[in-house]
Amino acid sequence: MVTLKELQVEELLGPGHRLCMGCGAGIIARMTLKALTRPAIVVNATGCLEVATTIYPYTAWGVPWVHGLFENNSAIASGIETIVKANNGGKMDRDVIVFGGDGATFDIGLQALSGAFERRHDFVYVCYDNEAYMNTGIQRSGATPEGAWTTTTPVGAASPGKVGPKKDLIAIGVAHHIDYAATASTAYWSDFITKMQKAAAVEGPALIHAISPCPLGWRFPTDQTIQMGRLAVQTRYFPLYEVERGKYKLSVNPHPKPLDDFIKMQGRFKHLFQPQYADELNALRREVEQRWNALQELCQGKTPTW
Amino acid sequence: MSKMQKPELVAMTGSEAVAKAVIQSNVDFISAYPITPQTIIVERLSDLVATGETKSKFINVESEHSALSACVGASLAGGRVFTATSSQGLALMHEVLYLTSGLRCPIVMAVANRALSAPINIHGDHSDMMGSRDCGWIQLYAENGQEAYDWVIQAYAIAEDERVSLPFTVNMDGYVVTHSVEPIALIEDSVVGKFLPTRHPQIKLDNQNPITFGALALPDFYSEFKRQQEEAMRMTPEVFTEVTKDFTQLTGRHYDRMVPYELEDAKVGIVSLGSVSGTVRWVAKNLRKKGLPVGALKISLYRPFPHEEVSKLLENLDVLVVLERSLSPGSHCGPLASDIVCSLYNRSEQPRVLDVVAGLGGRDLSPESIEQIYRTGLEATKTTGLEMEFVGVRE
Amino acid sequence: MSAKPGWRTLTRGGVITKPRSSREFLTGDWRTKKPILQESKCTNCLFCWLWCPEPAILRGPKTVSFDYNYCKGCGICSVECPVHAITMVEEA
Repeated sequence: MVTLKELQVEELLGPGHRLCMGCGAGIIARMTLKALTRPAIVVNATGCLEVATTIYPYTAWGVPWVHGLFENNSAIASGIETIVKANNGGKMDRDVIVFGGDGATFDIGLQALSGAFERRHDFVYVCYDNEAYMNTGIQRSGATPEGAWTTTTPVGAASPGKVGPKKDLIAIGVAHHIDYAATASTAYWSDFITKMQKAAAVEGPALIHAISPCPLGWRFPTDQTIQMGRLAVQTRYFPLYEVERGKYKLSVNPHPKPLDDFIKMQGRFKHLFQPQYADELNALRREVEQRWNALQELCQGKTPTW
Repeated sequence: MSKMQKPELVAMTGSEAVAKAVIQSNVDFISAYPITPQTIIVERLSDLVATGETKSKFINVESEHSALSACVGASLAGGRVFTATSSQGLALMHEVLYLTSGLRCPIVMAVANRALSAPINIHGDHSDMMGSRDCGWIQLYAENGQEAYDWVIQAYAIAEDERVSLPFTVNMDGYVVTHSVEPIALIEDSVVGKFLPTRHPQIKLDNQNPITFGALALPDFYSEFKRQQEEAMRMTPEVFTEVTKDFTQLTGRHYDRMVPYELEDAKVGIVSLGSVSGTVRWVAKNLRKKGLPVGALKISLYRPFPHEEVSKLLENLDVLVVLERSLSPGSHCGPLASDIVCSLYNRSEQPRVLDVVAGLGGRDLSPESIEQIYRTGLEATKTTGLEMEFVGVRE
Repeated sequence: MSAKPGWRTLTRGGVITKPRSSREFLTGDWRTKKPILQESKCTNCLFCWLWCPEPAILRGPKTVSFDYNYCKGCGICSVECPVHAITMVEEA
């Protein structure tokens, strides 16, 4: 297990970028690059991380980096990985890291992700999940949780926020029988680094689904980003687990805090505490509970139903 | 010429010829998705890669959008790259076409030209490439299998030239060129290898020199990058001439941006793209034997369009017929005619232009129908003006 | 009038060949609050350095220090410091 002091000092994602104050994605990207032990090539989908770090003529990146389009980061990575392998006798001598937000990953880029997984390219897909299309102004995505306010699931007499649970990205990765998939939170830094290193070590595709608290989109003070990432895990809202070759294993089993501790801190859930949205609040609580119970069953080798 | 040997003629389809050219061009990476009538190209490439004789890597992707995207990745990583598609596939990768040219990746793509849905139609016309003609790629229309073969090879030389650095489509009519068996004069592997040295781009994804590709260019920068692309298009004819000259020395086959036929004293001329050009020339030849003053112009290089040369060749015609194998619905004329008319605009002499839309969805353009078009042209009064009409379409 | 480069001198295709050129863009003027470190309290645990999104925190032999050229004043360092060695003060 690595100590903080052992992490490389060199900043491969440097300052001067235009990410918001307290941005969860910036922390995820920095920590990802710190975890890696080999040189990295980064492929980045359109989104917050891409736009804010590469406004011509400035780039915040100290690694070879490419941004293509919104939905094709996995496909671009497939081409890069093939050439890297061809140039190195069929082996990878560096890591191909693919960053995508939840929009790029859960929605528009799901096809390319699926294809790259199926072809078994050697790369690590890191999804920084801020649970909405944040870069374009907080619109809902397939990763937006039950009851969340977004600009396209606003709250009104006829709408309680987003209706329906978020997609299960790890399950999608596991369905492709990839060797390693894991959730991560930067608040649990040692778990994050360990998982990133495990993912990079896999000879084949690996998936890291990292919760990326967003002060602007979730509506919380900018200094609470890490605390949000901590509460998300402690309230079982975003459980930390990994799946190695199909075997589910819980990484952190918190003595659970009430879900309200997490959701009451965020403006996007504020409306749920009004009586007319009580049903939606219960739907969110149910979603979190069912997710947790299903995860327990999976860790015991059972198949959950819902 | 002592360098040239008698060419080995092999009976193969245009698709097989293209696949052969790709392998001979020492392509590092191919990624493709099947679509009729391109499928034989990718199947043949898979066969050739499976033999293990080539170092080319082939990945089967899950859509055309990913096919070209993977090619972009491989190209930026320094590889020489190829893909092929058609119709719906080209339309699906539309945004990636702009990405490729914007990132200045010298990718070569064969397009088996096919009509666009709806209605779904798997046969040849030019609507697919015309639908993406502004994507910033160099666009070449091959008349037959030999041209398709020769052009894949030359395309790499032009595209990878530092003065150009643009992607290049080799268009070939679906079924007519892709599937017809013709005698193809193949070039020896080693000769192609010398003509096309290994690609060594200066700018690539490289941990020794970390470069950022695909940055955001705000309004204060975007226009300058587009101007750069336009400049590359303007440099292309010069590079085209150099490459085709070298190619002629190797093979004896001559290529030009357009090919005129008996236009010097013609009164009526037909301009065309692609395989129908052969039929047009054959009909013109026969009509000339009967003393009729007809001529033809095949446009090979469509983008960058050879405006100057085309206008000089056509300005003295009485009637100019454009054979349009695509449509721009609601426009006064089709895409090819609009480029032709644009070329003629600065000329003091202006032929009458008949834009004939025909051959859509693979409808055959028979010698009889071409002859009929010539005769219509000969009977037309010499005035100025531009008209578009559908020929061979039942009322 | 600032002279931005024209198409002839700009990099081809918009590539950026200088890694971390964003260092030329100082984001320090974004902040309204500024972190101040009480050096005597700092245990050099490096959590603030790890979690700074910029990063605007520099590692030192005994303590960390702030790079005020880039610090946006988000306050994460102040909240996460286990020994409360960092205070956010209003920028003058």
